[in-house]
Amino acid sequence: MLGGMFTKPENARVYWKEFIHQCYEIGIGSAGIVVIISLFLGAVTTVQTAYQLISPLVQKYVIAQIIRDSTFLELSPTVVCIVLAGVIGSKIASELGNMRVSEQIDALEIMGINTKTYLILPKIVASIIVVPCLITISMFLSIWGGYLAGTLTGILSEQQFTQGLLTDFITFNLVFGLIKSFTFAFIISSVSAYFGYNVKGGALEIGRSSTTSVVVSCILILCADYGLAALLL
Amino acid sequence: MIEIKNIKKTFGTKTVIEDVSTIMHAGKVNLIIGASGSGKTVMMKCIVGLVKPDLGQIKYEDADFLNMEEKEKKELRTQIGMLFQGSALFDSLTVENNVMFPLDMFTTKTLAEKRQRVNEVLDRVNLKDANKKYPAELSGGMKKRVALARAIVLNPKYLFCDEPNSGLDPQTSLVIDKLIMEITAEFKMTTIINTHDMNTVMESGDHIVFLHQGRKQWEGSKDDIIFSKDTYLNNFIFASEFLQDAKNKRMQDAKHA
Ligand SMILES: Nc1ncnc2c1ncn2[C@@H]1O[C@H](COP(=O)(O)OP(=O)(O)OP(=O)(O)O)[C@@H](O)[C@H]1O
Ligand SMILES: [Mg+2]
Repeated sequence: MLGGMFTKPENARVYWKEFIHQCYEIGIGSAGIVVIISLFLGAVTTVQTAYQLISPLVQKYVIAQIIRDSTFLELSPTVVCIVLAGVIGSKIASELGNMRVSEQIDALEIMGINTKTYLILPKIVASIIVVPCLITISMFLSIWGGYLAGTLTGILSEQQFTQGLLTDFITFNLVFGLIKSFTFAFIISSVSAYFGYNVKGGALEIGRSSTTSVVVSCILILCADYGLAALLL
Repeated sequence: MIEIKNIKKTFGTKTVIEDVSTIMHAGKVNLIIGASGSGKTVMMKCIVGLVKPDLGQIKYEDADFLNMEEKEKKELRTQIGMLFQGSALFDSLTVENNVMFPLDMFTTKTLAEKRQRVNEVLDRVNLKDANKKYPAELSGGMKKRVALARAIVLNPKYLFCDEPNSGLDPQTSLVIDKLIMEITAEFKMTTIINTHDMNTVMESGDHIVFLHQGRKQWEGSKDDIIFSKDTYLNNFIFASEFLQDAKNKRMQDAKHA
């Protein structure tokens, strides 16, 4: 399927418009859930880390350090992308599935448009660009959520939190998180596009394909997550 | 002109099209008629290449369509307009943008020019004041007309309509039939229509192919149909007593003349 995607567009302007539209759909469509999840991820991690670190030998700022690294490495890229697999993936699969079943894809094909290029490429490119942006925002929010939970409940002070954030800061962790999010964005969009584009049958199959695409995306994300960690860390 | 030679299509073990050959002429309204399930839609999809026939040959003018390079096929398809049985409008676009889509994609016209053309074709299919509506807000017949407008907006060389007037009232149905006849003659289009609307058959059938269970049972023009001795065709076309009477009257008139 990916091979058939790279042909010269019939009209670059229409493709560009479609790309912008997809960026908007994917970005705005999932921003709300990303904000909520990220804040809670950070907050819960703070409280639970504090609960586990009862030894008086470990200083409080370590909590912030743990939040920072687990956010960069795992919480933001992986957990949020798994949620996005549900939000974006099911949307792409059901949109394409509906277009297939109601012959809209055939109608495009008849006009002489390469439907793989027109329908799938903008979605994948938009995901690869927008999802890492969402993940970056999510990283900030998660840490901020951790900060709020930590300081408001008196687990650690503002200075301790900032100190923890800056201690042993490894830039590669951040980069690694972003590499993950690129990879996961590609997995989510291409898997869901594949299942949606190839739906056969009726409305029932659209639902089924969107479920399958979410399940398959999640499994592939976890496999890739392990693969990347083993390879790059 | 489209030449169809011995095409055959099976789905699993079910043969849907069996050895059909015919020539669809340019500048004429070519009809494919037949009972529900006789294979009209599948036949049309074979001709436009959405379904690949198991056997046979399809030629657009002299070009062998089934063995065409992808690039050539795309080129040819920019000259094809098709109205699907289920309309196949783009859900996410308004009526205006649906009809404008081919213009956006394949022309360099300005927005004002495109708007004008869109209004022109929407006017011709008898559809006004629906420009800003979405397909979900339209009735079945309105969708049909928008889809027809989209199919003809680029003045295609080949026009395919799968039941253009199912779901339309008799009056609008006549308007659509007339429109199709007019543009076919005006632009020398090769027009192919699937229908089981008797009005269309008797009004605009320059060339009629009658399918019965996937086979070509009869072929001729609207003038031949009255005198046909084919029982399947007679039972199909003149199904009601009213239509039988009309047929007998016409035959008598023809004898006296
Ligand atoms: N994709 C498919 N898979 C299996 N069978 C199919 C498929 N498409 C059509 N058929 C079968 O082919 C036969 C002809 O269908 P077709 O849609 O061409 O009928 P039709 O003449 O257009 O009928 P109608 O007037 O109701 O639209 C039917 O028996 C249908 O069950
Ligand atoms: Mg049909």
